[in-house]
Amino acid sequence: MQITVTVNGTERTADIEPRLLLVHFLREVLELTGTHIGCDTTSCGACTVLLDGTPIKSCTMFAVQADGRQVTTVEGLMQDGQLHPIQAAFKEAHGLQCGFCTPGMMLVGKALIEENPSPSDEDVRWAISGNICRCTGYMNIVKAIQLAAEMQAGAAATS
Amino acid sequence: MLPSRFEYHRPATIDEALQALSSLEDAKVLAGGQSLIPVMKLRFAAPAHLVDINRIPGLDGIAEEGAALRLGALVRHAQVAASETVSARYPLLASAAPQIADPLVRNLGSVGGSLAHADPAGDWGSVMLAAGASVVLRSSRGEREMPIGEFLVDIFTTALEPDELLTEVRVPVPSGRSGGTYLKLERKVGDFATVGVAVQVELSNGTIGRAGIGLTGVGTKNIEAAEAGASLQGKEPTEEAFAEAGRMAAAASSPSSDVRGSAEYKRHVVEVFVKRGLTRAVEMARA
Repeated sequence: MQITVTVNGTERTADIEPRLLLVHFLREVLELTGTHIGCDTTSCGACTVLLDGTPIKSCTMFAVQADGRQVTTVEGLMQDGQLHPIQAAFKEAHGLQCGFCTPGMMLVGKALIEENPSPSDEDVRWAISGNICRCTGYMNIVKAIQLAAEMQAGAAATS
Repeated sequence: MLPSRFEYHRPATIDEALQALSSLEDAKVLAGGQSLIPVMKLRFAAPAHLVDINRIPGLDGIAEEGAALRLGALVRHAQVAASETVSARYPLLASAAPQIADPLVRNLGSVGGSLAHADPAGDWGSVMLAAGASVVLRSSRGEREMPIGEFLVDIFTTALEPDELLTEVRVPVPSGRSGGTYLKLERKVGDFATVGVAVQVELSNGTIGRAGIGLTGVGTKNIEAAEAGASLQGKEPTEEAFAEAGRMAAAASSPSSDVRGSAEYKRHVVEVFVKRGLTRAVEMARA
């Protein structure tokens, strides 16, 4: 069936099978491979995207369900050649090692700091508790998300 | 992983959904999809039709009406966790909601869907048993309200007829001074409960009026420890009474040994959690 999804601000229309998962739609139909597939069993959060701004697991939603809605993937974070604060902060605070979980972590982090401009350690750990990282031990991911909150608050104050 | 092929239906109204359910063979309702889609991917379920109710307006409300809290079929776990109405008067629900799965799953998964899925390791069934809740089932033939204990029949089996849609969960307003809590033992965030215990206590004149106890993950469905609850009725809330209720609830459980622990261990956790939950609930009721 035909669906139209606004992905990273652009309307994308495609004819797909109803059983196609959102993550496969993004990776294989739209060739946006920044969204990763980790466990494929709703456990790891590597496939996290934002659906109308809310983080969800794209391996556990059919693409047809996103018809008419807004999806943000990691490719949508950078604007006008500028890294999003969450990306700049992950770079600055060394919030990644292998990078596999990073797109999901950044999208969850972005959603968190929009709701909570100065999250505590516990707030961040709670927010990312559905996203598994097997490299970092989470320390720098937590720091990166908090740094992104500061950077975003600083940018808002100067603009 | 690709699920088997199915035909997709997206009704715009409840009536359209009921029409679809009554005319289609082998149809499943798609709500949050956080249990259904994983089992379809694993090919444990392969329905011929999916009826997606997510675009039906009016099914996502949380409101107090009459003497009950009404949760629409599409109310997400995250919505319950964030609801001021819930946190003000339904401490058992407020305690359970943030312990379900993980934050991403809670953004999509629904209370109604979780109950209709009837996983014995699901949390809401026990919560609703302890709270004395009921579910509203609608079909093109009419509507019926059923206590949750009757609705949950067996593992992944409910009293829902193929043409029926669970449209609402009704949770009675706790009477008098009340308290409730959900205790969940899990290996990590997002894991199914090794053991979960839901407790709700209502006090009247310092003695226990109603006590509801629901058990997760220790049988082929969520178990209501009815005898344990009844043993408390009319009693002073004492440590001895709680300990006795804990023993009775443990006896009512029938856990299996698995990777999460032995049957003996789980039964012991039931006993400890019931005792601990009752103590906390009574503290809340008195506060």
